[in-house]
Amino acid sequence: MPVTSTQKDVKALTLTYVAEFDAGIERVWQVWEDARQLERWWGPPTWPATFEQHEFVVGGWSHYYMTGPEGEKARGWWRITALDAPHRLEFDDGFSDENGNPTDADRPTRAVVTLEADGGRTRMKLVSRFVDAEQLEQMVNMGMEEGLREAVGQIDGLLAETSR
Amino acid sequence: MAEEDADRIFHALADGTRRDIIARVIRHAESVSALARHYPMSFAAVQKHVAVLERASLVTKERRGREQIVHADMAVLRRTARLLGAYEEIWRERVARIDRLLAED
Repeated sequence: MPVTSTQKDVKALTLTYVAEFDAGIERVWQVWEDARQLERWWGPPTWPATFEQHEFVVGGWSHYYMTGPEGEKARGWWRITALDAPHRLEFDDGFSDENGNPTDADRPTRAVVTLEADGGRTRMKLVSRFVDAEQLEQMVNMGMEEGLREAVGQIDGLLAETSR
Repeated sequence: MAEEDADRIFHALADGTRRDIIARVIRHAESVSALARHYPMSFAAVQKHVAVLERASLVTKERRGREQIVHADMAVLRRTARLLGAYEEIWRERVARIDRLLAED
C-alpha cells in the first residue's frame, strides 16, 4: 500500500494524509490536472466520476458527477484557490444540485495538496479541513462503497483510541 | 448522527478555547472555576463556552457542592472520530487507485 501516514484531528476537524508514489512529481501532478485521469480515481468503482468541467487555473471551477449502480447521479464541484505546478494545489470542494449549481459554496471543504519529489518517487500530502459534520457525512456517504462502510464501522474501537 | 446534533458539535469545536477545554477535560474532569483560571477571560465567559460544549453533548456538568465539574463525553467524541475515519478510508481507496493508474505507465 502506498499510504505512509495519516493523522486525524478530531477537535480541529482536519485529516492529514501522506502517500508516497513510485512515479516522478510531474507524473503525479497529471493525475490531478488531467480530468480524464482524475476520473479514474476520484470516485469509487461503483460510483465513477465524470468531470464535465475542470478548469485547472486559480479561480477555475470543476463540475463533476458520480454515477451510482442504479444510474443515479451525485454532483459536486471544486474551485481552485491556489496553484503552483507541480508542487501545490489548493481547492474548495462541495456538493451541487441536479443542475450543477453548488449548494454549499459558502462552507466548502478545504483541501491542500502538496507534492514533493524524493529521488524518482513523489510524496503527496493532503490536508482536508471540514467546516461542519453534515458536509463531512455527505462526503463520506458519497465517496464510499457499501461494503467499505461496514468495514469502517468495525474499526470503531481503533478510532476510539485516537480520540482518547 | 442527526444533522442538528452534528451542527452543534462542529460549531462547538470551531472555537480554540472550547477545543482547549475539551483537551483538558478529556485528561481529567475539572470544575468550571478551575478551568476559568487557565484563560484570560471572565468566569462567565468560560461558563458560556462550557454551556456551548454541553449543548453539543461533548461535555457533561455535574454539581458537586458549590462546584460544577465538567467531564468529556467520550461517546460523542468517538462518533466524530469515526466520521473522520470514514473519510480517511475514502482517501485510502483513492490513493490505491492513483497508484494503480501510475503503475500502468
